[in-house]
Amino acid sequence: MNFIFYITAAIAVAATTMVIFHRNAVHALLYLVTSLLAIAVIFYQFGAPLAAALEVIIYAGAIMVLIIFVIMMLNQGDSTVVQEQAWLQPRTWIGPALLSALLLVQLILLVSNGQISSTQTFHYIGPKQVGIALFSHYVLAVELASMLLLAGLVGAFHLARRKKINPGESSNAN
Amino acid sequence: MTTSIWITLLNIFGVLIVTVLLAAILTWGERRLLGFWQDRPGPNRVGPFGTMQVMADMIKLFFKEDFIPRFADIPVFVLAPTVVMATMLIAFGVVPMSPNIGVADLNIGLLFVLAMSSIAVYSIILGGYASNNKYALLGGLRAAAQTVSYEVFMGLSLMGVVMMSGSFNLRDIVNAQAELWFIVPQFLGFFVFFIAGIAESRRTPFDLPEAEHELTAGFHTEYSGMKFGMFFVGEYLAVILIAALITTLFLGGWHGPWLPPIIWFCLKTALLVAIFILLRASLPRPRYDQLMKFGWKVMLPLSLANLLATAGVLLWTA
Repeated sequence: MNFIFYITAAIAVAATTMVIFHRNAVHALLYLVTSLLAIAVIFYQFGAPLAAALEVIIYAGAIMVLIIFVIMMLNQGDSTVVQEQAWLQPRTWIGPALLSALLLVQLILLVSNGQISSTQTFHYIGPKQVGIALFSHYVLAVELASMLLLAGLVGAFHLARRKKINPGESSNAN
Repeated sequence: MTTSIWITLLNIFGVLIVTVLLAAILTWGERRLLGFWQDRPGPNRVGPFGTMQVMADMIKLFFKEDFIPRFADIPVFVLAPTVVMATMLIAFGVVPMSPNIGVADLNIGLLFVLAMSSIAVYSIILGGYASNNKYALLGGLRAAAQTVSYEVFMGLSLMGVVMMSGSFNLRDIVNAQAELWFIVPQFLGFFVFFIAGIAESRRTPFDLPEAEHELTAGFHTEYSGMKFGMFFVGEYLAVILIAALITTLFLGGWHGPWLPPIIWFCLKTALLVAIFILLRASLPRPRYDQLMKFGWKVMLPLSLANLLATAGVLLWTA
């Protein structure tokens, strides 16, 4: 059990690192998909199958597809690889890297001190429990999210709507 | 316990081999059926009734040059065809074929199948992107938009079934249909899922990603040899998977009188596959904007109405 967790976690970390350092946008996205799949496996292993399935369906299966869709539409080719290469200078990433290294040290200290008790006592959370929690305790958050989505939908509708053609210039408008 | 491991292994390899073989045989069966419905013989020369055509095609594919264009994105180009085969075969693992046959009894089986089918899209998109060819790219773009849209209705149309059976487990769903198949109370769901299933497996009338008269061969224009073969077999695997899913979710799975359960399951699935082929033989291809319009303006309201009505009735009778 632990063995599987460590392998999956290592895959997730390695894939995420590759996302950051890879120069080709599509290859980086493929690593990101791998990382999401690895996290889904971890979710499943720790008793949250619904979260695992949604991670794959929504993140890996829909959002990533849309991002790849946009990259394909722009289709910038090799020039972006050179650009990425220029961006990966040490002075641009050394600051954030140091700060996150500090966070990592803190995390390791916390875990090794045993502040966080062993995670062996997780319990299984099925789809039904998730639904009950969403529509009782978190119902406000659900409603707020639905309003946000509705606003997004209306905005998208407005942007994509066809402009009304003035009768005077209808001859060249198309 | 020792015997159960052997049974599990037998299950795994049995399902794997049977599905791959069926998909291969279907490449011949589809052409024969198409010929029958279109008043022409179809492949009938190799072996009795042309049954050895599959072997001939396989030998041809294996000996063809496996050409990778030098302008392609090579690692992605090689990865793309494997994704569809792998995900479709994994998805078969959770489909219960009879009370004893079926690899995994997953409590989120239905979501698992949906997840696998949404991962399978990558095959087409990456194939289209990595070929570095404008026709392939257009095919990939169409596939991305089409599958992401139709996935929405596909998932929504199944929620009625989930509500009625109270479970995501495919085996529980089949057991819930012992008295009445879900196609009767969930006919709208069945209708939407059937159409979305055709769109997900990119079959005619929804095969715009590979529409040959506008895009040469769409996303697999640059593919040859066994890589093309994997796309091809992957498509037939998707057809069998969708048929098996419709059987499981709406047609009562293995339930049926007199005959043993596995025979019923195979009969229903085969019938659905034949309907898929009949649709290909008879329907023309719509325009791309018509396809998207139909999805969002007809299928989405239908599946939402079905969801609402099912929930209402369940709450009323509960």
